[in-house]
Amino acid sequence: MGGFRQDVEAAIPALRRYARALTRDGDVADDLVQDTLVRALRSERLFLGGDVRSWLYTILTNLNRNRLRSLSRRPALMPMGDNDAADMAGPEAGGRDIERALATLVDDQRTALLLVVLEGLSYREVAEVQGVPIGTVMSRLARARAQVKAFLDGERPVLRRVK
Amino acid sequence: MIDRDLPATDDELHAYVDGELPPDRRKTVEAWLATHPDDAARVAAWGAHAELIRVRYGGAARSPVPARLDLARLARAERKWTWMAAAAVVAAFLVGGASGWFGRGALVSGPPPAATSVTAEALDAHKLYVAEVRHPIEVPAEASHLVPWLSRRVGSTLRAPDLATFGLKLMGGRLLPGHSGKPAAMFMYESASGERYTLYCARSAAPETALHYNVAGQVAAVYWGDGDVGFVVSGPADRERLIKIAQAAYEQLDRRTTRGNS
Repeated sequence: MGGFRQDVEAAIPALRRYARALTRDGDVADDLVQDTLVRALRSERLFLGGDVRSWLYTILTNLNRNRLRSLSRRPALMPMGDNDAADMAGPEAGGRDIERALATLVDDQRTALLLVVLEGLSYREVAEVQGVPIGTVMSRLARARAQVKAFLDGERPVLRRVK
Repeated sequence: MIDRDLPATDDELHAYVDGELPPDRRKTVEAWLATHPDDAARVAAWGAHAELIRVRYGGAARSPVPARLDLARLARAERKWTWMAAAAVVAAFLVGGASGWFGRGALVSGPPPAATSVTAEALDAHKLYVAEVRHPIEVPAEASHLVPWLSRRVGSTLRAPDLATFGLKLMGGRLLPGHSGKPAAMFMYESASGERYTLYCARSAAPETALHYNVAGQVAAVYWGDGDVGFVVSGPADRERLIKIAQAAYEQLDRRTTRGNS
């Protein structure tokens, strides 16, 4: 039991990072992490071993999907301003552009990309988190990368000009 | 053996960037990239974008964890919650007629996803309309068509429970856009002191579930699912009173007793 709590505790910073990238909003991200932790604590007795970290990513991914579903009845708005703490800003222009590029992705593609690139999960682990075959993970990843590249190569100057 | 003529597939290029290729294939891909500048440029761009993502969000993992994510604190809150729910189970058994309400392991597994979204919708509607002074409801309780109309629109036989034992009087109800625009119904109740409670009813894919308590600031909600309808009682965040009210509503709305103990 002690091991379980320790593993959950150790995963919190990474969960915050993942949630932050998924939601692009610090407060919403921490709400998501809090829900994930509560869910994990509640299911502690149901956890039959295995990788705690993957399991937490799975919970968070599912909670985020539910969140997006409940938001879907509202019109989709592209975040234009930044709801950021200064410490997360990174190099200004590049950081905002990648954020916008991620915002254009379909949820499943964004999730796959972030789990691989940001969280360092293997394709197999991502397949487990998303509950799909590895081939599906790879095609999501490929589409996500193509879309991010197209956005950063092409659309950014157009946006700048409009501004 | 490395076949230098065999083209590297896109899948392999991604696997190469992500370190998922076995060493021998790695060499093949490297050989391919050395002679295919377009692919090499794509691979380089993917790597650069990955770095942008890591730089952008890496800070979130290094910033101090806020108190509300403190695990020991969350665990204490959970224990309290479980104890409270357990006490309510005992109360339900003492009152009788509500056996099985808390059953089916709901306390350990948490609410199903559909329950979460129905509860969020109900709380949104509750907060919006409870604050209304002049037009909190659309159709007053006195109108005989209130319940039949809402039942027809929601697509399920509804009833407005009698909550007079709690000093709550039915004011009336309204039709709302629920999940993905499907009709949902809300009944509003008021006490002599102006305290308002709402009962939200929406067709929901959520399975039959036990009670779930959910607090959102000043207001709280209790959710349960019965057949294809999700119910949410919302009101001021006074757990004990809200659970009693929800329990009374649950008993009056229970389909199993309505259908005559099937």
